[in-house]
Amino acid sequence: MKSTFLNQARLKQQVWLDMMFRGLTRLSAFGVLALLLAIITSLVIGSMPAIEAFGFNFLVNPEWNPVTDEYGALVPIVGTLVTSGIALLIAIPVSFGIAIFLTELSPAVLRRPLGIAIELLAGIPSIIYGMWGLFVFAPLFADHVEPWINDNIGVLPVLGPFFSGPPMGIGILTAGIILAIMVIPFIASVMRDVFEVVPPMLKESAYGVGATTWEVVMKVVLPYTRIGVVGGIMLGLGRALGETMAVTFVIGNAHELSKSLLMPGNSISSALANEFTEAVGELYTASLIELGLILFFITFVVLSFARLLLHKLGQREGQVT
Amino acid sequence: MLTLYTRRRIINAVGLLVSILAMAFGLFWLCWILLTLLTHGLPALVPAVFTQMTPPPGSTGGLLNAIAGTLMMSLLGTLIGTPIGILAGTYLAEFGQRGWLAPVTRFINDILLSAPSIVIGLFVYEVYVVHVRHFSGWAGALALAIIVIPIVIRTTENMLRLIPNTLREAASALGAPQWKIVSFVTLRAARAGIITGVMLAIARISGETAPLLFTALNNQFWSSDMNSPLANLPVVIFQFAMSPYEDWQHLAWAGALLITMSVLTLNILARILFRQSATTH
Amino acid sequence: MKAEIATTPKVIVRDLNFFYGNYRALKDINLDIAEKMVTAFIGPSGCGKSTLLRTFNRMYQLYPKQKATGQIMLDGNNVLDPKQDLNMLRAKVGMVFQKPTPFPMSIYDNIAFGVKLYENLSRNEMDERVEWALKKAALWGEVSDKLKQSGTSLSGGQQQRLCIARAIAVKPQVLLLDEPTSALDPISTAHIEKLIDELKKDFTIVIVTHNMQQAARISDFTAYMYLGDLIEFGDTSTVFTNPKRKETEDYITGRFG
Repeated sequence: MKSTFLNQARLKQQVWLDMMFRGLTRLSAFGVLALLLAIITSLVIGSMPAIEAFGFNFLVNPEWNPVTDEYGALVPIVGTLVTSGIALLIAIPVSFGIAIFLTELSPAVLRRPLGIAIELLAGIPSIIYGMWGLFVFAPLFADHVEPWINDNIGVLPVLGPFFSGPPMGIGILTAGIILAIMVIPFIASVMRDVFEVVPPMLKESAYGVGATTWEVVMKVVLPYTRIGVVGGIMLGLGRALGETMAVTFVIGNAHELSKSLLMPGNSISSALANEFTEAVGELYTASLIELGLILFFITFVVLSFARLLLHKLGQREGQVT
Repeated sequence: MLTLYTRRRIINAVGLLVSILAMAFGLFWLCWILLTLLTHGLPALVPAVFTQMTPPPGSTGGLLNAIAGTLMMSLLGTLIGTPIGILAGTYLAEFGQRGWLAPVTRFINDILLSAPSIVIGLFVYEVYVVHVRHFSGWAGALALAIIVIPIVIRTTENMLRLIPNTLREAASALGAPQWKIVSFVTLRAARAGIITGVMLAIARISGETAPLLFTALNNQFWSSDMNSPLANLPVVIFQFAMSPYEDWQHLAWAGALLITMSVLTLNILARILFRQSATTH
Repeated sequence: MKAEIATTPKVIVRDLNFFYGNYRALKDINLDIAEKMVTAFIGPSGCGKSTLLRTFNRMYQLYPKQKATGQIMLDGNNVLDPKQDLNMLRAKVGMVFQKPTPFPMSIYDNIAFGVKLYENLSRNEMDERVEWALKKAALWGEVSDKLKQSGTSLSGGQQQRLCIARAIAVKPQVLLLDEPTSALDPISTAHIEKLIDELKKDFTIVIVTHNMQQAARISDFTAYMYLGDLIEFGDTSTVFTNPKRKETEDYITGRFG
């Protein structure tokens, strides 16, 4: 029996295998960091000609003219920010309502299927949203909603100019609405998960003193999970900023800066999707890559912020429970 | 004059009503989109879709080459991305307690998880397509693999963390070396969860369009050569839907229905699988 | 304090201290574990009895910020020596945990897993070894016809006996049991207690329990611990009927703990 333990060669082999295995997993983890660095480096190198030619002016120049080879990113940047802003404006209250419904109101039987339905909405490929937006939503929007917007909001003193224009169906507002439908499931599922970390005892104590469901949500659940809720919203914003296909179909792809939300515009991702394969000339390509770099930078900042907030909530949860 | 109590009850009722409406609003879009897909897609889903190649404008055809291309690239993307993802996820869960690498990787990975997929396409274009000077199926598979990796890392780590430490201790108490503990005990115990993650990753990439635009591009003809531009459903749908030709638009709807159904089926299967394994343990 | 033991000591613990970060969980422990006897560690929750057990196979090493100082001599080797090969140590010191921990594989493979790590056995020899271990663990009769089934399909008591079989299959010299019956029903507990009595013919057994009756029933020696100190150590009948220290008496008679 003793002899079995003296199998030194085998033991050495195990130690060696252990090191190999550990090294392999570490290498893979390291690969993720390398990937990020490679993405940033390659985008910077690719956009170098544009950076050298236009410098900082690239960010504020509204001109985008392949004929004269002059490029500025203002229109797509504004388009990306405005569509994402509209999306959040719609998606936040709706997601909040859905999360409240799923955690506090839903009958137990429905909770799972409804939760799954919302997650399925998140699973539908974005190109489907785009197609649906172009063929189904945009015509209805042009025929029934936009004329009404023109007649009722378009005539208001301050808001008016933002909401008047030809009812074409496609444009910044439509893109924002489609984006909202896309990000609602993301934000709603994060909010639901975050609401579920509230210790039941905390809620029960509030119910115990006679608070209504609404009061429990607003005064106990929401303050407790505030950080996580913002994190979830930021996550949704990250999605909206980078979304390509849903926007490309309905935004109109016009490099024009227009005050009206009913007019076509452009976003960074749809400019890339539409023009990149057809771009000729070094400067044109480099300008498009610089657009990609800007998009990556914006989403990187937003997503980092989101993760930091969610991480903070996670830590607090660990302390409380 | 309302009493305070009545006012509180009204606010409560209104708030709850609004949240029910929000739920209905969310479901409304899901139903509407699915309904549209069915009404437009089902009539277009004729046998020729599965037997013929993508046609030139004005003639009839199918999506066979696009379906094959999507299957090939998704399969390869998954095969490339999954092992890397599982290994890195294992590092985060099993070996990463000390040092800076694990927390930094975790953070970066979470960002890559929701990074714009079109930028991934741009990246692969820059580092691969530019150097080989042509679009190709390999480039597409590579872009999809980069999308798979963060998803698999996340689920692998999460699932390994659910494995109780006592199981690791028990294997370690027998004197098992770490690579054996991880590959034969903990990864095996987390198997169902990891497979779920891989299925969700496949569902995600099979509908991805943006990263393929600059990598695989498209190909009107049958091709099984991964080294040449490769037809794929998402890009075909994009081109056909944006075109003015009725035939093409019909095919786009058929393709859209196909993709959505496979993605949703994968999603649901993954959930059922995970739930079953959770109840038998 | 130092305990006097008549029989040959298998494990000799000297000046053992244990730290969770800065918290000192074991304070200058000295004790001898007798060969082929059952030694029980008792004491209230948090007294350090499990911590002490987990130093014997350095299980704490899986976690950062835990460390032990002092000496634990096993057959003349210091277990705590950093040069001590951990896998080799753990092949010599088997362990069974509070909750059953069957691996996600068949009953047969659960037992073969540990054996394969150190021995190249033929198919026949392995079959014999598995049968031997299962018989030793009094489980053979119940599972002999379903060795290919998953280990997780067994009942809680059977799972725990499977874990004992798995631990003894590698033929360790010392068997550590960390509250092995705390998650089991009374009938399974009785099975395991009977089994421990059988196993001490072949193995040196150390058991942690918070069930005093269990310690009294099955152990030859008992150590009472409190807040990281070893308060009293001696043969079980003396500790339970005629304790030297007031604290031990209070705990055993239920006035405390």
